[in-house]
Amino acid sequence: MTETAATLIEKPRSQWRDVWIQFRTHGGALAGMVVFLTLIAFVTVGPLVWTVDPSYVNPDAARMIMTRNKPPSLDWPLGTDQLGRDMLARMMAGGRVSIAVGLVAMSIAIVLGTTVGVLAGLFKRLDGPLMRLTDLVLALPLLPLLLVMVFLFRDALGRALGSETGTFVLIVSAIGATSWMQAARIVRGEVLALKEREFVLAARSIGTPPRRMILRHILPNVISPVMVAATLGIASAIITESALSFLGLGFPPDFPTWGRLLFEGVDYMQLYPERVLWPGLAISLTVLSVNYIGDGLRDALDPRIRGR
Amino acid sequence: MLTFVIRRLLLAIPTLLLISLVIFLLVDLAPGSPMSEIPRTVPPEVRERMMQAMGANEPVVVRYLLWLRQFFLVEPAYVIDSLMGTNLAGGAQRVLSWQSRMPVFDIIAQRLPQTLTVIGSAYLVGVLIALPIGIYSAYRQYSWFDQLGTFVTMVGSSVPTFFTGVLLIIVFSVNLGWFPSIYDTTLEVTDWASFKMQIMQMALPVTMLALHNATEISRYMRSSMLENLGQDYVRTARAKGMSERVVVLKHVLRNSLIPVVTVIALGIPTIFGGAIIAEQVFKVNGLGTALIGAINASDLPTVQTLTFIFAVLIVFFNLVADILYGILDPRIRYD
Repeated sequence: MTETAATLIEKPRSQWRDVWIQFRTHGGALAGMVVFLTLIAFVTVGPLVWTVDPSYVNPDAARMIMTRNKPPSLDWPLGTDQLGRDMLARMMAGGRVSIAVGLVAMSIAIVLGTTVGVLAGLFKRLDGPLMRLTDLVLALPLLPLLLVMVFLFRDALGRALGSETGTFVLIVSAIGATSWMQAARIVRGEVLALKEREFVLAARSIGTPPRRMILRHILPNVISPVMVAATLGIASAIITESALSFLGLGFPPDFPTWGRLLFEGVDYMQLYPERVLWPGLAISLTVLSVNYIGDGLRDALDPRIRGR
Repeated sequence: MLTFVIRRLLLAIPTLLLISLVIFLLVDLAPGSPMSEIPRTVPPEVRERMMQAMGANEPVVVRYLLWLRQFFLVEPAYVIDSLMGTNLAGGAQRVLSWQSRMPVFDIIAQRLPQTLTVIGSAYLVGVLIALPIGIYSAYRQYSWFDQLGTFVTMVGSSVPTFFTGVLLIIVFSVNLGWFPSIYDTTLEVTDWASFKMQIMQMALPVTMLALHNATEISRYMRSSMLENLGQDYVRTARAKGMSERVVVLKHVLRNSLIPVVTVIALGIPTIFGGAIIAEQVFKVNGLGTALIGAINASDLPTVQTLTFIFAVLIVFFNLVADILYGILDPRIRYD
């Protein structure tokens, strides 16, 4: 008897399935997801298919000059740059760095922001100082400060970690350290509301220690706004990195990123406009697709909209 | 209201002091600061004299306090002197650029007009484009105009400004040859021809920044209008026979402008950040270029002063936005 009843009851649907169903109905978000995954495939799988070294400069000077500034052809699908380096390979290598910067910087910002937000929301004593700190960082002029930070610490970190890793660590942590405030504010607001709910009271009354409280009860409940903030964070981190590279204060010259390629292309844009077009399009497409994904996620994760 | 303004003004002072400390220490303690860049071949006593000449041998606290005094007391005194012809400053030491040995504030005074003409008009144009678009797309929600507008704002806020700028140069300056791609700061507007030239060279940078600002503001305008269009007072206004024009442009618009005005005020300092990029793209010789140049020449006093001025702008416009909100919205009472 019980068995037949059990088979009649539909299997309970998981929350993430519901989210996915809602996400699917958002056309822009779905398109954004496809574009973003394609771009990721382009920069990760691409170099396995197109195995040209992005920094290969023909050692024979005469040959190098002959292969300079080539228009797109079968040998060089996107042409070559002023040193005869293959643009397609450089776009792939550059995209890998740009997207990696976006992902890592976003993770740093989210971890920092969530920590600050949870601590400020949960512990009254920390609330005042932490929120003042957030306001203070929000009042800092971020782009000038980032420029100054990169300029001042680039050489020292480059010496310690090697110029590429050093710059990567520097840029990623600088962007992360200057973009956690939004997440902190959102999380604090959520935590303040959650704190008044019965299940938190129940957990506290059975003597849950603060650490367990945060990990088991608070964090799973703030995950949806954090996810939305994280997606949008990738977009702004990619833009910031390429802006730094564009101003000449990003990665070293022989280390391509999309921003850097754009910066190099600007000198030749009168003659070879496609050289700024490709990296610029790639940055814009990535950011646009990530923004659309964030938009769709926001709708999908909002239980008031979901299921309507 | 007055007590609120005074309280906020007093609160701004410790904020500014802390920000100035952060900026000062960051620039000063960094491993790449020019103190460590003096070549090793320079004999120690010469090095000592160089440090002394730059005032770099004093402890950090002394230099920070000195800088504060110069920034908040000496420089305003010089400004008053030059305006009124008084002698308040009495020849006190000013903040000097290490690059040119010129007072940093003189450099700022030289560069500010260029930045303000380009940035200011770009922001104005941006707001003027954004408001009608936001109003109309909210009024006709889900119409083709609204759909197109939403898509364009999404694209506009995703495409980085430097790429828009470069695209504009390629299309309008390289291919079509309509506008110059480089902003000539030595141009003086004296007659009709030079005025036309000035408009021509401002066209591209202004378009680039205005497009970027317009996307953000029109999004706010639209959502604020939508919120108000669903309110009861709109139904009441329609029910008592107000024309559609009066309902939308008087009742709804006035109420929806409240949050938008504060957003516009809050956006003013961020456009100075955007100016750094715009000036780099179009080679405008303004504040942003001055900052980049100072960074590349490791000219610490200029970098510190410029960055701090950007911070002052942010704090000031935050305050303005708060006060505006209180004035415009009678429901908000700060006391």
